[in-house]
Amino acid sequence: MTSAGIIIGLEVHVQLQTRTKIFCGCLNRFNPDEPNVQTCPVCLGLPGALPVMNRLALELSLQAGLALEGSIAGFTKWDRKQYYYPDLPKAYQISQYDLPLCQGGHLDVEVEQQDGEIETRTIRLIRVHLEEDAGKNLHDETGGGGESRVDLNRAGTPLLEIVSEPDIRSATEAYRFLEELRLLMVYLGISDCNMQEGSLRCDANINLELTNPAGEAVRTPIVEVKNLNSFRGVEAALTYEITRQQKEFDEFDGVYPDDSKQTRGWDADRGVTFAQRGKEDASDYRYFPDPDLLPVTFTDEYIAGLRDGLCEPPAQRRRRFVQQLGLSDYDAAVLIDQGPQTADYFESVAMQCSDAKRAANWVTQDVLRELNERDQAIVDFAVDADGLATLISLITSQELTTRSAREVFAVLVEGGGGEGTVAERIDRIVQQRGLAAVADTAQLDQLIDTVIAGNQQAAEDFRVGKDAAIGRLIGEVMREAGGADPQKVREALIAKLRS
Amino acid sequence: MTACRETAAVLLEQLAGGQATSLELTESCLAEIAAHDESIGAFLHVAADAALVSAESIDRRRAAGEPLGRLAGLPVALKDVLVTSDQPTTCASRMLEGWNPPYDAHTVERLRQADAVLIGKTNMDEFAMGSTTENSAVGPTRTPWRLDCVAGGSSGGSAAAVAAGFAPLAVGSDTGGSIRQPASCCGVVGLKPTYGRVSRYGLVAYASSLDQVGPFARDVASAALLLEVLAGHDSRDGTCVELPVPGYSERLDEPLEGLRIGICPEHFARGLDGEVRETIERALDVYRGLGAVIREIELKHAKFAVACYYLVAPSEASSNLARYDGIHYGRRVDDYDGLVQMYSDSRGAAFGSEVKRRIMLGTYALSAGYYDAYYLKAQKVRRLIAEDYSRAFASVDVIASPVAPTPAVPLGQLTGDPLEMYLADIYTISANLAGIPGISIPAGFSSDGRPIGLQLLGNAFAEEQLLRAAAMHERETQWHQAIPDLDRDAPS
Repeated sequence: MTSAGIIIGLEVHVQLQTRTKIFCGCLNRFNPDEPNVQTCPVCLGLPGALPVMNRLALELSLQAGLALEGSIAGFTKWDRKQYYYPDLPKAYQISQYDLPLCQGGHLDVEVEQQDGEIETRTIRLIRVHLEEDAGKNLHDETGGGGESRVDLNRAGTPLLEIVSEPDIRSATEAYRFLEELRLLMVYLGISDCNMQEGSLRCDANINLELTNPAGEAVRTPIVEVKNLNSFRGVEAALTYEITRQQKEFDEFDGVYPDDSKQTRGWDADRGVTFAQRGKEDASDYRYFPDPDLLPVTFTDEYIAGLRDGLCEPPAQRRRRFVQQLGLSDYDAAVLIDQGPQTADYFESVAMQCSDAKRAANWVTQDVLRELNERDQAIVDFAVDADGLATLISLITSQELTTRSAREVFAVLVEGGGGEGTVAERIDRIVQQRGLAAVADTAQLDQLIDTVIAGNQQAAEDFRVGKDAAIGRLIGEVMREAGGADPQKVREALIAKLRS
Repeated sequence: MTACRETAAVLLEQLAGGQATSLELTESCLAEIAAHDESIGAFLHVAADAALVSAESIDRRRAAGEPLGRLAGLPVALKDVLVTSDQPTTCASRMLEGWNPPYDAHTVERLRQADAVLIGKTNMDEFAMGSTTENSAVGPTRTPWRLDCVAGGSSGGSAAAVAAGFAPLAVGSDTGGSIRQPASCCGVVGLKPTYGRVSRYGLVAYASSLDQVGPFARDVASAALLLEVLAGHDSRDGTCVELPVPGYSERLDEPLEGLRIGICPEHFARGLDGEVRETIERALDVYRGLGAVIREIELKHAKFAVACYYLVAPSEASSNLARYDGIHYGRRVDDYDGLVQMYSDSRGAAFGSEVKRRIMLGTYALSAGYYDAYYLKAQKVRRLIAEDYSRAFASVDVIASPVAPTPAVPLGQLTGDPLEMYLADIYTISANLAGIPGISIPAGFSSDGRPIGLQLLGNAFAEEQLLRAAAMHERETQWHQAIPDLDRDAPS
């Protein structure tokens, strides 16, 4: 199966990070434990209640459209998509039909190809529109046939629907598309894209173009895969579908008894997709413009203002970290993946200490390790960007060894070093622990002589070729010297022992 | 009991001057309801206890010299299409039987703030669909003038309540004439404001782009007063405009100099009852006598109004009423096999036939392949109708016409013939399609004692002008002083 024959399109739903719901003042908050508490007549769809558009939801949607480089409609409106389902209290979803607020656009993703080369793939988008989320049906899953219940806490959450063209050519590409989309949404402050909490949901359409025995190109029936609840799940489900559709094609010799679109679910435990409905219902949603919501027009100035307010997109920032700051692709990716606060933190450290590579090492290793251990967000971290920059500057100026700096860092993380500015605290820690680097060569010379004199056996061992013996001597010198650079000590020791 | 036969404006003066108390007034209204509503059928729910408590409390506050609202102590009846947090709201449908809304409509809040005494919920055609109040699941409302005839609809209960002296003021809703036409049938004043003038928040939707809440009163001044309380911006209704509310009642006594009244010749053509025609012509003579100029105007697309309305309104209704699915509130059948049957059986059992008819019409009109030919085309015609009115109002101040082709019809006359019933909306529905205000005022009686109203339509947000024009006719004719005799024997 060459990737040229794989045709994948994604439909992604992203919950917007607004304080309140799209059409009412209820809190927009993930809260599965207390059903139906974040509700009011509007999101309950009670008789007489009316929707009023949340301005922020609209703005975030437009920002998403702009960041995806789509074309923003000068005039947009909302339509009622009508169908019956218990989690949809009005029996229609307020959505956008023929005039979405954004059409076109694209998302570029870097994908490692089979030959190991990185290729930038442009995935075109069909549209981006703003709609309301439905509630959630809760069924008795014990099999006891208990009552089904409905939780409408989620009903009326602003939801962005992003539909891609079928431009995706592999399961990995789909995975990368989702990752890049998630980053963009997170950087723009549009959504936290937490798949566990359902703030990013994805359906995938996939079929293959294969060659039948007669040598003609034939497309397999389109399959829509639902229930995808992780990025890896999307990748795995699509990989499974590629094999399954290929196999099915071979069985039928490319002639299908029924080639209508099929909906399949993804069973993550068993790692298989399964038929959900035999045939896609030819649903007639009877869309019509919602008379309760006025159409909206945007001035060019307004859109230009929103465009000016957009942050640097993560892909561009990642490129800049590599090209301008000299980071490795890997470090740049790790930093960007952590989200905008960490990227900001890193950039602040890098700017202040003028050593981006060292800053990247510290952030990706020391800082992230501490954050992981503490399950802490960067904004709550005890060592702020100023502190880390000061510490790194001391290493660069050789006033502290990296080892001593780590020790100081560990104390700072615990809040040690007393009162005052970070610089004052660092000073104090260095003083208290005698960590100031021994820059005076004469002093180091003298110390080495003393250590060799006190460890004749180790010195002799080294001289006769037991290289490992030097470790003990280095250790002794380091202990005595406090803040000495171990590399310098090693070099000086060897020079002396071999002289 | 004569207290509640006075106009609201007069009663407010009496309350303020200490000649009457709210408790006396409310008790007198409740007594009238108890004595006569069984034969009229205006109320679905009478909130007697709550009304008395509220009246007493307002009297106490008045005695203590506390500041009071604009309608302090005055009983007001509400069409059962406005949700109330302390009274059931059914829309005269079995679907919402026993439903107690957890909130108040915006207009209900306004009335409470104005210290009105909310006396009860009035009968209507189920979900406001109908022109006779015979589509109520509970039973029809009769005009207090002739108990063998309908009160009109869909706000028949509110119109009859005011006519019968059950309440000096009532609130209704008008989607295609549902305030103006029952006002005409019951011989009271009814006004449909400009679309967007009054918040629809808490008005149970029939056809969202046409629905508007408005006042019923015994005279123009009282209607103006109630409109002042109801109108104004509400951030919970995106279609409600942010325009200041003029003091409608302030300059009612000042006649409009050089008033230009438009008439449309088609309005007086085929199908119009002779007595109605004579009544309207007499009303025009009254205006002529007051120095008004009567001009013929052209409303080119008026002939499409009924067709247009009966596509737009049912389409929106089919969507608005989809929420009554038996899941979250309202009627659910006891036995069903699966979700789909639960939906269809619950809706099948709880909706009346006219509601079902309109849901089916609308569902059909919005279906794939029909949308462009029906709903979209109707919306285009609607714009043409609105443009006709804009053009007309460039040369006239108000447009005068009948309210309905006939006075109140006998019970049962139209129920078997939906098309005939739809055609009876011909004079009123254009105003809803165009979004403009209209008022119906008493203009006389048929030879057999049924009231006949005069309709005046005004330009968008020109309610003040409309009310002043109506007041000119009222001062001259005094038709509003006529009162039905409820103690006579009901004709069989």
